[in-house]
Amino acid sequence: MTTRTRLSHLQQLEAESIYILREVAAQFERPALLFSGGKDSITLVHLALKAFRPGKFPFPLVHIDTGHNFPEALQFRDDLANRIGEKLIVRYVQDSIDQGKAVEEKGKFPSRNAIQTVTLLDTIAEFKFDACIGGARRDEEKARAKERVFSVRDEFGSWDPKLQRPELWNIYNGKIHVGENVRVFPISNWTELDVWEYIRSENIPLPSLYFSHKRQIVWRENVVFPVSEFVTLDSSDKVEEKTVRFRTVGDMTCTAAVESEANSLDDIIREIQTSRTTERGSRLDDKRSEAAMEERKRGGYF
Amino acid sequence: MDLLRFITAGSVDDGKSTLIGRLLYDSKSVFQDQLEAIEKRDQVNGQINLALLTDGLKAEREQGITIDVAYKYFSTPKRKFIIADAPGHIQYTRNMVTGASNSDLAIILIDSRKGVIEQTYRHSYIASLLRIPHVIICVNKMDLVEFSQERFEEIKKDYINFASDLDFKGLEFIPISALNGDNVVDASPNMPWWKGKTLLGYLEDLELEEDENKHDARFPVQYVIRPQTEEHHDFRGYAGQVRSGVFKKGDDIVVLPNGHRSKIKSILTHEGEVEEAFAPMSVTILLEDEIDISRGDMIVTEKHVPNVSQDIDADLCWMDARALVPGNKYLFRQTTGSVKAAVREITFRIDIQTHHRLDASQLALNEIGRIKIRTAKPIAFDNYSENRGTGSFVLVDEGTNNTVGAGMITGSN
Repeated sequence: MTTRTRLSHLQQLEAESIYILREVAAQFERPALLFSGGKDSITLVHLALKAFRPGKFPFPLVHIDTGHNFPEALQFRDDLANRIGEKLIVRYVQDSIDQGKAVEEKGKFPSRNAIQTVTLLDTIAEFKFDACIGGARRDEEKARAKERVFSVRDEFGSWDPKLQRPELWNIYNGKIHVGENVRVFPISNWTELDVWEYIRSENIPLPSLYFSHKRQIVWRENVVFPVSEFVTLDSSDKVEEKTVRFRTVGDMTCTAAVESEANSLDDIIREIQTSRTTERGSRLDDKRSEAAMEERKRGGYF
Repeated sequence: MDLLRFITAGSVDDGKSTLIGRLLYDSKSVFQDQLEAIEKRDQVNGQINLALLTDGLKAEREQGITIDVAYKYFSTPKRKFIIADAPGHIQYTRNMVTGASNSDLAIILIDSRKGVIEQTYRHSYIASLLRIPHVIICVNKMDLVEFSQERFEEIKKDYINFASDLDFKGLEFIPISALNGDNVVDASPNMPWWKGKTLLGYLEDLELEEDENKHDARFPVQYVIRPQTEEHHDFRGYAGQVRSGVFKKGDDIVVLPNGHRSKIKSILTHEGEVEEAFAPMSVTILLEDEIDISRGDMIVTEKHVPNVSQDIDADLCWMDARALVPGNKYLFRQTTGSVKAAVREITFRIDIQTHHRLDASQLALNEIGRIKIRTAKPIAFDNYSENRGTGSFVLVDEGTNNTVGAGMITGSN
């Protein structure tokens, strides 16, 4: 009998991610899955279905809504939670601002990216979450490349890259003191292309934002920027209509689009394979300084 | 397409970061915006400093050294690669052990001008200890020795002599220049005498299947799925990842350490039932009988049964600033299990430079030695040399919760 006894790279990545999700379920009392309605967290939810069905998820889905999200992503988020019958908790950055805990940035490019951390940490405290599962990948950014799969954060949510626990074989150590929490990244070893190929092979539905559509845009720092109620336009901005899609979906204030005709998963994969820029090349929040991501992560950002 | 995980080792100036940068760059895995970011910084002899592609932390860029393991990814049409980029400094032995623990292959760099040095031995020893099956010795900076075949052969001979007590399944030597790209991705016109593969060619063609342990079926139970709903009233599934070997529907199984026996009723994935599961598949196993099984238990087939004992001998890499002394108690974490354990004895400490066994009353940070340890309850395990998945463990300090030791089981006593 000849049997195939090696998994493809996507199957290996999938098996590893399912293993990590089950480790979270077994090692923590109050975990949560951070879910934004973007492709990476949608992939996480799909992996969680594989890890826990026919049982229920041992954690709720949690979204920190900045108030600047794309309506398409929010609609998708609600529909998905309904469809799979799992609990969704939403907390709002606007509430943190109204309570005086967070202060809106000033200037022409105000982003709620940084103050999102305030609401996240409050939400962790409110529900006493001891683990937060997220869809970050090591290939996204050079500071992320240093991230553990189980990343311990202190009571302030801070990450200290010099004091990380060694992580050996596939033995994950989730032991923490009260007040600390662990950020868990089950798709650490996936690349952007892996995620897209997996979405194609598993036929996972995505928000329409990822596929080409016509949209009003302005050019900002050489990137195609979507016009929305949250973007301040002045006389130097020229609004145009372009056929675009989003390669990564964050806030409307920091996520740029790419000009693209790709409207199927095959097209998108072909486009990424030949792309000469990284996914995060269209994120203005990362372009602020060379260590922008590292600084945010040290401060408790995802 | 499949997956190869490898580690790169070499001392500080051997060109490790440059080699990784070169692999990424020549395999077209570097994006324009990443290049623009490093082009803004210093350039070496008018060339892009490829080493800047790998150091992710501010302190690393400031100091020009790698502090912690970083993971890098690239793929070719044949294979996806995960690189564990580990620091070369002696004080970061624990980081090299960390990177080595999941690797199928190690690339060890030697500077062609310096030849085999102490660091080479240390890295080779760790690769051997961690049972990385394949090692490639990249003799780097060949451009600085006029691409001399004699020099390459001399280093190769030295290495073989010096590594005679180490155990690798496959050992290859490749003359390269990471800075210029000779024999990294493209064959070098400067070394027509080299008839072997390029580094990438070797990485792409390496057979991995034969490295797997196929005869010992091991399934550590990770999580019990019990929906207790109307539809799945009696469902009791043991979820986990097959660590080695193959499980088939109908197999007679034993649950360790308690020794209960049963038969596999079905093997489930999200897509439905499958006839068999092999490593590293994550599946859910249903058994014919209702027996008491929980996380940390190991399901095995009757044919090849692992050891069960409370007294274990192991090689240990110590990773904590506070030294290990006999009598200390830790949490012993192996596969999905967790049990208290006391270190009874440090049998010897290893001088990593010479491989000599030394008497030791303690193990300090980054030291490696043989220990005897007693667990509070019996555990099921294989020797690390036969099974990296069931023969490895970590020690967790219950005061700090830190992972303080990495162990490789050598037997029971």
